[in-house]
Amino acid sequence: MTDTRPIHSVVLVKQVPDTHNITGEVMTKDGTMNRGALPAIFNPEDLNALEMALEIKGRHGGTVTVITMGPPKAANILRESLFRGADKVVLLTDRKFAGADTLATSVVLQLAVQKLGQFDLVLCGRQAIDGDTAQVGPQTAEKLGIPQITYAESVIDIADGKITAQRALDSGSEIVRCTLPCLLTVVGSANTPRPASVRRQMERKLSAAPGEYAALRAKWPEFETDEAVDAFLAKHDLKIPVWTAEEIGATEGTIGLAGSPTQVHKINFVVLESTESKTISPTPEAIAAMVAELVHEYIVG
Amino acid sequence: MTEQKQIWVFIEHTDGKIADVSLELTGKARELGDQLGHEVVGLLCGYNVDALAEEVIEHGADRVLLADDPELALYRTLPYARVAIAEARVRKPEIFLIGGTPNGRDFAPRVASALRCGLTADCTDLQIGDYYVKKEGKTYKDLLYQIRPAFGGNLIATIVNPNTRPQMATVREGVMRKPAADAARKGVVEKVEPAFEPGDFALEVLSRQVRKSTVKLKDAPVIVSGGAGVGSAEEFALLRDLANLLGGEVGASRAAVDAGMIDRAHQVGQTGTTVRPRLYIAAGISGAIQHRAGMDQSSKIIAINTDPNAPMFQIAHYRIVGDVGEVLPMIIKSLRERSMDQRDAE
Ligand SMILES: Cc1cc2nc3c(=O)[nH]c(=O)nc-3n(C[C@H](O)[C@H](O)[C@H](O)COP(=O)(O)OP(=O)(O)OC[C@H]3O[C@@H](n4cnc5c(N)ncnc54)[C@H](O)[C@@H]3O)c2cc1C
Repeated sequence: MTDTRPIHSVVLVKQVPDTHNITGEVMTKDGTMNRGALPAIFNPEDLNALEMALEIKGRHGGTVTVITMGPPKAANILRESLFRGADKVVLLTDRKFAGADTLATSVVLQLAVQKLGQFDLVLCGRQAIDGDTAQVGPQTAEKLGIPQITYAESVIDIADGKITAQRALDSGSEIVRCTLPCLLTVVGSANTPRPASVRRQMERKLSAAPGEYAALRAKWPEFETDEAVDAFLAKHDLKIPVWTAEEIGATEGTIGLAGSPTQVHKINFVVLESTESKTISPTPEAIAAMVAELVHEYIVG
Repeated sequence: MTEQKQIWVFIEHTDGKIADVSLELTGKARELGDQLGHEVVGLLCGYNVDALAEEVIEHGADRVLLADDPELALYRTLPYARVAIAEARVRKPEIFLIGGTPNGRDFAPRVASALRCGLTADCTDLQIGDYYVKKEGKTYKDLLYQIRPAFGGNLIATIVNPNTRPQMATVREGVMRKPAADAARKGVVEKVEPAFEPGDFALEVLSRQVRKSTVKLKDAPVIVSGGAGVGSAEEFALLRDLANLLGGEVGASRAAVDAGMIDRAHQVGQTGTTVRPRLYIAAGISGAIQHRAGMDQSSKIIAINTDPNAPMFQIAHYRIVGDVGEVLPMIIKSLRERSMDQRDAE
């Protein structure tokens, strides 16, 4: 029998530079990278995590809360989440969070999830395309003291306080059952994320975080002060809450650059090594000579 | 008593067989251990896996920490992590290496989080070196350089953990050479008793399906790889013919896989298999950075491409500007003629 209890999910998402579409404009002549030229997008597998949470809500009821740690403009992916069906979003932004590695990030996410209160599931994408580490999910689970199901591809069942899910592994797959609450990292093959709903988009397009009020006022001159914007958004439940380090109770030294045990020693741009090379004409004779050379060098034969 | 510092390797295994990457890392740990004067320790969790411990020693370990318990029969995050965390807290390894497999990358962050130490994902190289911090006016000696591609493979980053121990890294499969087993090597197998807590059994594995892969890219001496420039299934069949003639395997770029030309198990590159064969033939492959990341260590590279400016040509030893459909048959014909000549001569 399937549980009738509603399931409360928290989805951890990240705004990332679109590293899949690195073009000539991004890599400059001297080999440095123009990060500004990269569009910022919703990390693809985080969309799969959001979709999984929304599907679970569709089946069991409950709520979907989406949180992100990032700069003020990361509010964009929170609005995206609202358009797709999230009930509530929170932006974790603070200069003190900057420069965090995966460990320091997981400290912030842990505190934020705990501040939200009771939850059954935490979902995140398997990995973010700007770092490809796949570490933040498990590290957050460990800090929350809950079990993890990585590479979740489908949720088979949620019943009696347990979730049954399939994990996609390189070498095959696994079906596991785990007590709630737990954390899932979701793979790209799990589902096809739903598009933004037009209705929700209409309703929530004004959603904004305090850092965005100036931009909003530029578009809506009838709001003369930030306070006026704030009052309006609060009244219509369109305010994206922002939590700072202080509000989640993060201690300095555990977050941001200072809380990051890993340090970047150096960055090299990938340069093609020039090798000693021979140009071979596409003729039977030249090819036969090349094959002879390879045989002679014991590379083949 | 000054104890010798340790380098740990997580020994992953399925169905009684140690993952190649764990032995590759044992070999690398041996190298680093010799350089630093550290002991190389394999951490082996499982059930009835005594025999595997010997194998780890034969590949370069001085010591194996063996946690043998029915609860450890199949990999599960929490019971495995419990053993690693408890032992690491007591023994304080300097370095801890884990294979960059799905389960390795499930295990490592859990352990690193509990130990509050730095972890670098999916390294492709490890070295030892110093790290100077200007702000502190201090040089950290003999750190582990954890070298990995970043930003979709467009950058190579060297990461260090100056202040926390162990220095943890997951390492991509196939980038380190697996050492030959030496049956004469001696080492210590030390049993450790896992101290589980009830919460460690929150997850049960109900079933496991192992896809038996018949593709043996990693160990193939020759790989004939096709990309989007291979126009048709018939042309792809030429790759197979050539691979068979050379005793090799067929590889592919992601574009060829995405086009449905060949199964994903054949993909070479950052998100596929990393290979270093004696000979790599790249047919109709442009040489995107993510593809090269998986094959640029090949001893000899032949590139066949109609575009003389294809990046693959920059790392190729033999550059053939031409059409795959014409060039491959020429290579095949030339090899067939040679083997016939040979037969005539005998
Ligand atoms: C995060 C990430 C991970 C990735 N991982 C991988 C990976 O693991 N492996 C991988 O391969 N790719 C990977 N890619 C994709 C990679 O960026 C390239 O898109 C891909 O390698 C291109 O494959 P290709 O060279 O076959 O196709 P193309 O780039 O389309 O090149 C086709 C080539 O064929 C040549 N050609 C055309 N017709 C002929 C002909 N008749 N005869 C000879 N030559 C011809 C063309 O000149 C061209 O150079 C990844 C990308 C990202 C963003």
